[in-house]
Amino acid sequence: MEMEAAKMIGAGIAALPLAAAGIGLGLIFSSFLTGAFRNPSAAAANRGTMFLAFALTEFTGLLGFVLAMIILGQ
Amino acid sequence: MADLLNVIITNLLGLAKQNPIGLKAADPMEQFEIVRIFPVGNTPFDFSNASLSMVMVVVVSCIFMFLATRKVSMVPGRMQAVGETLHGFVSDMLREMAGNDGLRFFPYIFTLFLFIFVANLLGLLPTLPSIPKMFHVFTPTSHLAVTLSLAMITISIVLIYGLYKNGFKFFKLFLPGGVPLWLAPLIVPIEIVSFLSRPLSLAIRLFANMFAGHLILKLFAGFVVSLIAAGGLMSGLAILPILGNVAIYLLEILVAFLQAYIFSVLSCMYLGDALHPDH
Repeated sequence: MEMEAAKMIGAGIAALPLAAAGIGLGLIFSSFLTGAFRNPSAAAANRGTMFLAFALTEFTGLLGFVLAMIILGQ
Repeated sequence: MADLLNVIITNLLGLAKQNPIGLKAADPMEQFEIVRIFPVGNTPFDFSNASLSMVMVVVVSCIFMFLATRKVSMVPGRMQAVGETLHGFVSDMLREMAGNDGLRFFPYIFTLFLFIFVANLLGLLPTLPSIPKMFHVFTPTSHLAVTLSLAMITISIVLIYGLYKNGFKFFKLFLPGGVPLWLAPLIVPIEIVSFLSRPLSLAIRLFANMFAGHLILKLFAGFVVSLIAAGGLMSGLAILPILGNVAIYLLEILVAFLQAYIFSVLSCMYLGDALHPDH
């Protein structure tokens, strides 16, 4: 039973990176929107770069999720 | 107030035991189970529900492209307009990320994009009630084996084509131009590790997005069933997870497109590296 509880707590801790990834994603979109509202004509050209940054940031958080799933599944 | 909250929480926790009508939601992990349909000859490979859903994806994509190109005219009809938009979208993306000579990879990128997009969308369809388990709706992209195979095809093309076209110059990829030589011992290992993590990051991003999204959908659906089964006042509360599920479903459609887009954009970028390793 204690082993089970430790597993749950560990999975919870391993899911914490999702919070940090959320902060990072918010920063990316807010900076993009700030830039896009100041210079709308340059926004379209930078959308690809934004999605790239989005994907790379999201990956760090998802690694935490996968880790939590691995811990729970053992 | 505190008492009411206490009653609600106890009810929620004890639903499985005190279920008056006998309603029971399926386990949210059940949708990811692989069920064998029939073995293929004497090989260790089985034709499973995963294979069936991938065949479905290919068939649906083929039917769509067949309808889009059936009657080609100067003024496009509805299906042709959709096909042309898709074609233009992918080719613009490829041109922007890998340059004009990247267009030779267009068939591969277009296939990749269409396959992932249709697989993600088909996985969002609801399952017909009370049909055998092997025909339940299944998302092939929610399995790491499928996404890792797709990512490894991309990286294999990058490696083989890059080495074939550039020869030894391909390894300039690991030392970006304009970096002072004394920084090389630091930069080169970092670049090598980042190159090696590419297939893994491609695969895990798609897999984890699809897996987590479908898990949340089914969890909320399970809340609906438990609340209705609780009866009385609790049944009225079931509207909350239904509304939540509608919102998550819309988000999942966006994610289905976004992940297909990101997978193909990153593939384009890596193929661009294979074409022009020296920048």
